[in-house]
Amino acid sequence: MENSINTLLEKDFQGILKRYNTPRSAILPMLQFVQKKYGYISKENVETVADVLGLSSTEIGSVLSFYGMFNTSPSAQYMIYVCSNVSCGLHGAEKIITFLENRLNIKEGQITVDGKFALRTVECLGACGGAPVVQINNTYYENMTNEKMEKIISEMEKQ
Amino acid sequence: MSEKIVLKYADVPEQKNIGTYMKNGGYKALPRALSEYKPDEIIQLVDKSGLRGRGGAGFPTGKKWGFIPKTSPKPKYLVCNADEGEPGTFKDRAIIEGDPHLLIEGMAISSYAIGAHKAYIYIRGEFAMGADILVSAINQAREAGFLGKNVLGSGLDIDIDVFRGAGAYICGEETALLDSLEGRRGMPRLKPPFPVVVGLYASPTMINNVETLANIPRIIDNGAEWFAGIGTPHSTGTKIFCISGDVNKPGVYETPMGISFKELLKMADGIKDGKKLKAFFPGGSSTPILTDAHLNIEMDFESLKKAGSMLGSGAVIVLNEDRCMVKTAARLVKFYRDESCGKCSPCREGTDWLAKVYKRIMDNKGRDGDIDLLLSISHDIYGTTFCPLGDAATMPVVSSIKYFRKEYEEHINGKCNHTDN
Ligand SMILES: Cc1cc2nc3c(=O)[nH]c(=O)nc-3n(C[C@H](O)[C@H](O)[C@H](O)COP(=O)(O)O)c2cc1C
Ligand code: SF4
Ligand code: FES
Repeated sequence: MENSINTLLEKDFQGILKRYNTPRSAILPMLQFVQKKYGYISKENVETVADVLGLSSTEIGSVLSFYGMFNTSPSAQYMIYVCSNVSCGLHGAEKIITFLENRLNIKEGQITVDGKFALRTVECLGACGGAPVVQINNTYYENMTNEKMEKIISEMEKQ
Repeated sequence: MSEKIVLKYADVPEQKNIGTYMKNGGYKALPRALSEYKPDEIIQLVDKSGLRGRGGAGFPTGKKWGFIPKTSPKPKYLVCNADEGEPGTFKDRAIIEGDPHLLIEGMAISSYAIGAHKAYIYIRGEFAMGADILVSAINQAREAGFLGKNVLGSGLDIDIDVFRGAGAYICGEETALLDSLEGRRGMPRLKPPFPVVVGLYASPTMINNVETLANIPRIIDNGAEWFAGIGTPHSTGTKIFCISGDVNKPGVYETPMGISFKELLKMADGIKDGKKLKAFFPGGSSTPILTDAHLNIEMDFESLKKAGSMLGSGAVIVLNEDRCMVKTAARLVKFYRDESCGKCSPCREGTDWLAKVYKRIMDNKGRDGDIDLLLSISHDIYGTTFCPLGDAATMPVVSSIKYFRKEYEEHINGKCNHTDN
């Protein structure tokens, strides 16, 4: 099949592969590429990565499972990560989490039924000067308050 | 004496553009390094400057560079550690986003000094913006001839690639980082052999922190004596302190090494809400807690060591008088438990035990003897683990019990009256 998803992916992968000394080193960049494109990494795409790199899909899966940032099931349109480490904790991270749980009607670790939002707590995001810090998809929001959070959520609901 | 060395221009708008960087004196050190110094002479200069690693351990940078074999049948690598995962730390991000060319210039000079033609920046996955900024700055530098083939007509090839992590604190440990760069689960390697001899792709590899490398152009520009004249005799230069927690103005503050904690606190405009200081982590969550009795402590490698703590990454987390120390320690133990790579049993099992005991104490189900149990588990972990993460997990436990044992007792007796944190 000329136009199957995997053929298209393979083309992109060749570009990534060229940059590395060993095929193995391209694993994380390829998984990141897949996740950026589809929001998560399906079993099928793990196999594509394995095929391109000439490694077994078990090996790819083992690497994938080590790292916290990879999703293996469809993710939400907006992935909300609330930092819950000490500095953010001192500035009310727990209140933000409770606010979001109530606002989105989900618990930490869950995804809304419409697939719009997912809520997770994460470790220190390396931005503690702006605590509490919330990351939504790739963007950091610092010095968060419930009011600011409400504004952001209602904006995103309209998208 | 100017206080800022590394972050001097980080607040200048557009400093990330090569033109602005050069207007502010950038890319003068690299041509000088290439034309006026032999690689060995740069290593000697850095050694003379007294610069010590800013990633946590404080090993003298020039000495470490000297361990790279002069000749090697395999290519040598430079790897910049931009994993920045230590809770409380956010200084490397300030350099990367504020003055990326300073890091790039530092890396080009360092590559020349150790004989590397290829360098990597391993940046934590969450710093998506930082990674983009670095990639465009590297492209600008390459276009201008500061990177790539035959850099500035020197006949040398020096290039840098950005590699993004994917969310694992342990990958900040240098050998785990190398495994991650090689596309494996990021687990620490057995040392020796040390990465300077057998590192990335089994080749000699120098791993340095962002802040360490960003100091290099300044040392070339101003000389080793100038640098050694800042700070204290054994902790030269400045340090970027990341101040967070209960202060009025959290943020990054660059000052000469050896500044007193009291002065530093003043720079951050003191404790929030007019409260009193209770305790602080002087160098990140892996460094033992100090208390208000240490207000006058000097913030440098040797003074903090003498006080039973460490300078670490320079991440100062401040806690006011109302904060619960048990909860703080419990939170960090959970962090280390979750981030343990699981390779060695004292860390894997020990952190889990610690977390279980903390959980029951926090659930008001603490038992008599739990405090001593925490100490004895910590004792069994300390010094027995494969990498320093295991030791790190015991730091908040042992130090908080040392200074705040009473709070633990209050918790176990159901009498903790601290506000939530
Ligand atoms: C668990 C763990 C995490 C670490 N995380 C970092 C980090 O995020 N950034 C860093 O530069 N060094 C980190 N280090 C220290 C590195 O192993 C290494 O010592 C450092 O990058 C060397 O650079 P330097 O000599 O310039 O300080 C970590 C060490 C351990 C044990
Ligand atoms: S001390 Fe912990 S993190 Fe380090 S190797 Fe052992 S299990 Fe892994
Ligand atoms: S503790 Fe939240 S960003 Fe560091």
